[in-house]
Amino acid sequence: MDDRWTAEHVLSLSPDAASRKAAAELGTADPWSGTGANETAVWGACRGSGSRPYRTVVALDGPAYHCSCPSRKFPCKHALALLLLRSAGELTGAAAPDWADAWLTARRQHADGAASPTASATGPADSPTPAPARDDAAAAARRRRREARVAAGAAELQARLEDQLRGGLADAPTRGQAFWEGVAARMVDAQAPGLAARARELGALPASGGSWPSRLVEEYGLLHLLAAGYQRVDALPAPLAATVRARVGFTVDNAEVLGGGPLIRDRWLVLGSRDSADDRLTTRRLWLHGARSGRLALLLSFGRPGVAPELALPTGLEVDADLAFHPAARPLRAALGSRYAAPVAPTAPGPVGVTLDAALTEYARALGEDPWLESWPTVLTGVTPVPTESGWQLVDATGAVPLRTASLWRLVAASGGRPVTLFGECGHRGFSAVTCWTEAGSLPL
Amino acid sequence: MDRPRRGRAARHQPARQPRPPRPRRRADPRPARGAAARPGPARARPAPLDERPALPGPAARRLASLLAESGSELLPQWLGRARDRGFALPPALVPSLLDAARQRSDLRGDAVALAGPLGRWLAGMNPDWRYVLRLPSADEDAHPEARAGADAVWQEGLFAERVTHLTRLRRRDPAAGLALLRSTWRTERAEDRLLFLDALQEGLGAGDEEFLEEALADRAKNVRATAAELLSTLPGSALSERMAARARLAVAVGPEGGLVVEPPAACDTGMQRDGIAPVSPTGRGDRAFWLGEVVAATPLSCWTELLGAPERALALPTAPEWADELHEAWARAAVRQHAADWARALLALHQGRGTSGTQSRLLSVLPSAERAAWTARFVLEQGLAEAFQLLVTCPPPWSEELAEAVLDALARAAAAGAYPWSHSGVLGVAERSLPFAAAARADALAEASSSAWAEVFTRLATTLRTRSAMLAELA
Repeated sequence: MDDRWTAEHVLSLSPDAASRKAAAELGTADPWSGTGANETAVWGACRGSGSRPYRTVVALDGPAYHCSCPSRKFPCKHALALLLLRSAGELTGAAAPDWADAWLTARRQHADGAASPTASATGPADSPTPAPARDDAAAAARRRRREARVAAGAAELQARLEDQLRGGLADAPTRGQAFWEGVAARMVDAQAPGLAARARELGALPASGGSWPSRLVEEYGLLHLLAAGYQRVDALPAPLAATVRARVGFTVDNAEVLGGGPLIRDRWLVLGSRDSADDRLTTRRLWLHGARSGRLALLLSFGRPGVAPELALPTGLEVDADLAFHPAARPLRAALGSRYAAPVAPTAPGPVGVTLDAALTEYARALGEDPWLESWPTVLTGVTPVPTESGWQLVDATGAVPLRTASLWRLVAASGGRPVTLFGECGHRGFSAVTCWTEAGSLPL
Repeated sequence: MDRPRRGRAARHQPARQPRPPRPRRRADPRPARGAAARPGPARARPAPLDERPALPGPAARRLASLLAESGSELLPQWLGRARDRGFALPPALVPSLLDAARQRSDLRGDAVALAGPLGRWLAGMNPDWRYVLRLPSADEDAHPEARAGADAVWQEGLFAERVTHLTRLRRRDPAAGLALLRSTWRTERAEDRLLFLDALQEGLGAGDEEFLEEALADRAKNVRATAAELLSTLPGSALSERMAARARLAVAVGPEGGLVVEPPAACDTGMQRDGIAPVSPTGRGDRAFWLGEVVAATPLSCWTELLGAPERALALPTAPEWADELHEAWARAAVRQHAADWARALLALHQGRGTSGTQSRLLSVLPSAERAAWTARFVLEQGLAEAFQLLVTCPPPWSEELAEAVLDALARAAAAGAYPWSHSGVLGVAERSLPFAAAARADALAEASSSAWAEVFTRLATTLRTRSAMLAELA
């Protein structure tokens, strides 16, 4: 059984450090009974603090989880511990008990019935969930009304930006914050959350260190370009128009993308994931790389504050699945369609990457197609983290870029001063590292 | 690129035609060529390769979770065992280990040894981990040139690191340790001299006598007293001979066969030079104090020659006003000289009385099996209230007999409705020292107890199982 996931793969599914620890502690045969596994699922009962053991079952093709424990974490520690037992080869039973079978069967039936069986990614909490199209005319009218409001908002934003430029930058550090908060609130009213978010960032920018005036003017320009672009969105080429709409804040539902776009089936290598949280929701980014298509994809999944998003894929494994890309000038965000098998270890030890020079060229090209891009997901090969006078940098034979990572020392220790393969986002502020590959395997940073 | 770079947007007219411009500055995060022209530091040499076998996966995950909780009780034991087994850690865990050992200096020796060459390489780049470079590396014994580097610890290290270094050196080469201490002795502060002197206990031998005799004339009183104490534990040292002569004057066998005690009448300069204070600091009378100091520093062999075996000596009728004084001093001598036969005889006298510091010190002289048996009897008879100090002296894992005695006593306490928190000291030692097999018994006790105690016993069982699993992973 060489497709067994390693414990590291399993632990990369943990929503947080506490779950990792709890799972490692439960990942011994001691509290478990009636465990077993077959090709598609694992199950077992775990003694908890209550009188009745918790019943846990994991469908490997998701992975999807079901557990009778009250935990709000996803996957819960019991599901992770079961998967750990599986990677240790300690699951003995082969016939699923009735309760596990019932859930697995129900899940399969649901999958057969639904158009997008396992698409669990939903739009952000603030996006209007599209009602079933009972009344196309009414929906179209609603959409036209919103477009008009956004256009009005964009026009107002252009005027505000031009005022700021005319008034000079001297007041930006003192009065900018409140001013842009107000503008952001106006953009929310105009139903343009994308414009609102960018406007809010303008308020904080003067406090972000040296050379802020030039960066502020740059952001003014980009935001002005976006607002102006939206005014003429109907005249733009379709991919660029889609990018402008998405950046302004129009969301496209994943189900719509899966229903409308071509499905690309491939063996998608999970390059890494990153969670970020604000006061409204938790966002999980999962990056994939197609073995045959060579395409990069970004899956977004959202959760309520303090709750892990539902979509979790083990970093470093390959998923045989359908993807549909959201339309964009530079397609990246995708919706996950059918998954055909449980994630398995890839044939190659790690992804194939490029030199720094090639990565920067690629980012520049991406920026040519979508000027609002902050960064582009990239795998680098043969780069070494090196300390310099101006902070840590990634170096290879073709050049050097600033390195940004939350766990710098883990990366430095893993590299030991030797070249590594590194996945992350290559952007105008440097390279932000997400996952590192060494001879020992993948290391989420 | 050498001219001042301007934001692209400043050059760019707000677009009527949103044709994506050529975003030059934004597309290139590389340092400007002007910056690159400054010679940066040459690329650091890569870390030396670690030849040790890799840590097994389950043990690596265990370490990751131990490091994730701050102040883990199990971490010291894990590190000690992993170090003994000679594993190399997964590189990605080394930074969190170095952080943990930075907070807890008790972990440093094991942590630095486990972090190995990678740890030293990392410490060279992160000032937070500077302590790693001050500790002697594991391979200094193999490489004499590494020793020169280790001696830098003596010149530049923090006080605790210097003590560690001296102690390790004494363990390996007592003469070299003494020479190192002598080289800076005159410039050390008095309180440091005191603790360095303590470190000479490691590998104490005849070669140290001359230096210690000199230290009897030290400026600081505590240093003088410590030097005297060390000399008194050196068999055949001139000081112990002088003390024995004084002791024979003070204690003799009378015509009735009992002991006649005549404490020193004064503390002459010779006695003062040998570390005895002229005025009693203890609140006892001066003469009683001098008697105690003299007897405590006298070789016990002197008494066996004079009075016979310790059991017999202790049974001799003694002038009642001095008997306690004499026994107390013999107990101190037994601890100093690691005389198990005397400790055994003295403990037999104590049996059935409440505990005291003296008892636990005497216990520490006995072989550990005997220590455990004695403590088990004590717990059985006296309960746990007084047993903490004795339990601490029993090295883990406890014998079955001692484990049973402690668990029985805890069960009795639970049944009697005692508060669990009043036993927290004993429970802490028990978590660290009970044999793993005791987990089943703790489970049974949890079943039979009310809520607060059930929780205590459950936690005890869980901790024991965790420790057992942890050590099995490192097997």
